[in-house]
Amino acid sequence: MDATSAFSLILERDPALFAIVGLSLWVSLSATLLAGALGAGLGSAVALTRFPGRQGVVVVLNALMGLPPVVVGLLVYLALSRSGPLGQFGILFTPTAMIIAQTILIVPIIAALTRQVMEDLWGEYADELNAMGVTPWRRMRVLLWDARFSLVTILLAGFGRAAAEVGAVMIVGGNIDGFTRVMTTTIALETSKGNLPLAMGLGVILLTIVVAVNSLAWAVRAWAERHAG
Amino acid sequence: MQAEPVITLSKARLVMGQRMILRDVTAVIERGGPTVLLGPNGCGKTSLLKAMMGLVSLTSGTVDRHVGRASFVLQKPVMLRRSVYDNLAFARQTAGLPHSESVMTDLLNDFSLTHLAHAPARRLSGGEQQRLAIARALAREPALLFLDEPTASLDVAQTRLVEDLIARISARGVKIILSTHDLGQAKRIADDVLFLVEGQLAEQAPMASFFHAARSSQARAFLAGELVSIDGEKP
Ligand SMILES: Nc1ncnc2c1ncn2[C@@H]1O[C@H](COP(=O)(O)OP(=O)(O)OP(=O)(O)O)[C@@H](O)[C@H]1O
Ligand SMILES: [Mg+2]
Repeated sequence: MDATSAFSLILERDPALFAIVGLSLWVSLSATLLAGALGAGLGSAVALTRFPGRQGVVVVLNALMGLPPVVVGLLVYLALSRSGPLGQFGILFTPTAMIIAQTILIVPIIAALTRQVMEDLWGEYADELNAMGVTPWRRMRVLLWDARFSLVTILLAGFGRAAAEVGAVMIVGGNIDGFTRVMTTTIALETSKGNLPLAMGLGVILLTIVVAVNSLAWAVRAWAERHAG
Repeated sequence: MQAEPVITLSKARLVMGQRMILRDVTAVIERGGPTVLLGPNGCGKTSLLKAMMGLVSLTSGTVDRHVGRASFVLQKPVMLRRSVYDNLAFARQTAGLPHSESVMTDLLNDFSLTHLAHAPARRLSGGEQQRLAIARALAREPALLFLDEPTASLDVAQTRLVEDLIARISARGVKIILSTHDLGQAKRIADDVLFLVEGQLAEQAPMASFFHAARSSQARAFLAGELVSIDGEKP
């Protein structure tokens, strides 16, 4: 009964439901792109340079991969609240705040994984690229290009993590109906209210998106192995 | 014709950790046919080639290159995760040369790689990768080509094929400096020989005199298939 009404919500293209899905995708995709630019840059820089304390940075990046979303939410909340350092922008409880929180959540994931991938590839290529007299700048471009399929899977992993988290967006978004409600926060709220059809409908969609993202990651990897070696 | 130096080594010394890997090597390598660096495993052939290429810096002493662009084929070449064609194109680009479809076609042809042009380079067999590695080095149109044991992992037929290619490249005027521990190969392709023992240059001689009238006791021992060390005694 609940399941049928859940599916009928999806099939009837219930506008409220689709607004929620749309906002979820917007927030998590934006966060993934931002975190991708920041994280891939940071990860590559750490992979390709040597500086004192580098080992410490690597350890911290790896540890931050497991950042609890509620803690990120709390920190962003403190920064954005009226009395916080960024309070004057008045973006707490807006989608922008949610994008910021998810970006912070997944930057370490993307940076740490990128660092690993780039360092491994540099280990393989170093002698050869040095023999060809490749400049540091071009070296970076070659490695990013040849690691592109791995980088795409890393981005997809970041997106999966962002789309599935609930703690951070709940705290900084406030779960305001029609404005900052995303799939995960709606599922949490509606379940607690006993409105199972909407929660289940969203659950099905969220699950579908996560499965689709993982299949895509797998397909990218398979394609890359066949065509780039 | 006046002898024309390609590389001048003066008391080239390389120390890594506690080990002296090159011991004050002094030599002049001249333009002409292939120069072969000969010596047992671990004697410092790779290190000396890399020092001449400028890939490792000497602890003391100097190395001077008197010719233009050089290319280096590593003992274990690494292919970029790209197609055969793109590996060649990339190497050419690193030398600052304009892309040329006819150069690419010729290279693929010369090295029997045409049918593999669009295959991922890493999927190639060992022999095919070795040919690609040499083709890739040539894509940079070098005046000087270093080859570090280019046939170490090849069977007899592939070895002969690569040796023929080397002869053709040399005939085109590219100076080749090649390392090997294979006496037969040295005999087949060398113009002159640098014989290295434990990082020390034990002998430098034209090929024929090295093989028929070696001056050093180490060279005579090596030619006889014995183990050699720098004090001339069997270890
Ligand atoms: N980075 C390094 N640190 C310390 N020792 C090194 C290093 N690189 C090479 N060696 C040592 O220097 C010696 C000479 O090495 P090299 O690779 O030049 O020898 P090779 O003549 O090319 O040997 P092979 O015929 O096996 O290729 C070896 O004993 C090797 O272990
Ligand atoms: Mg070697």
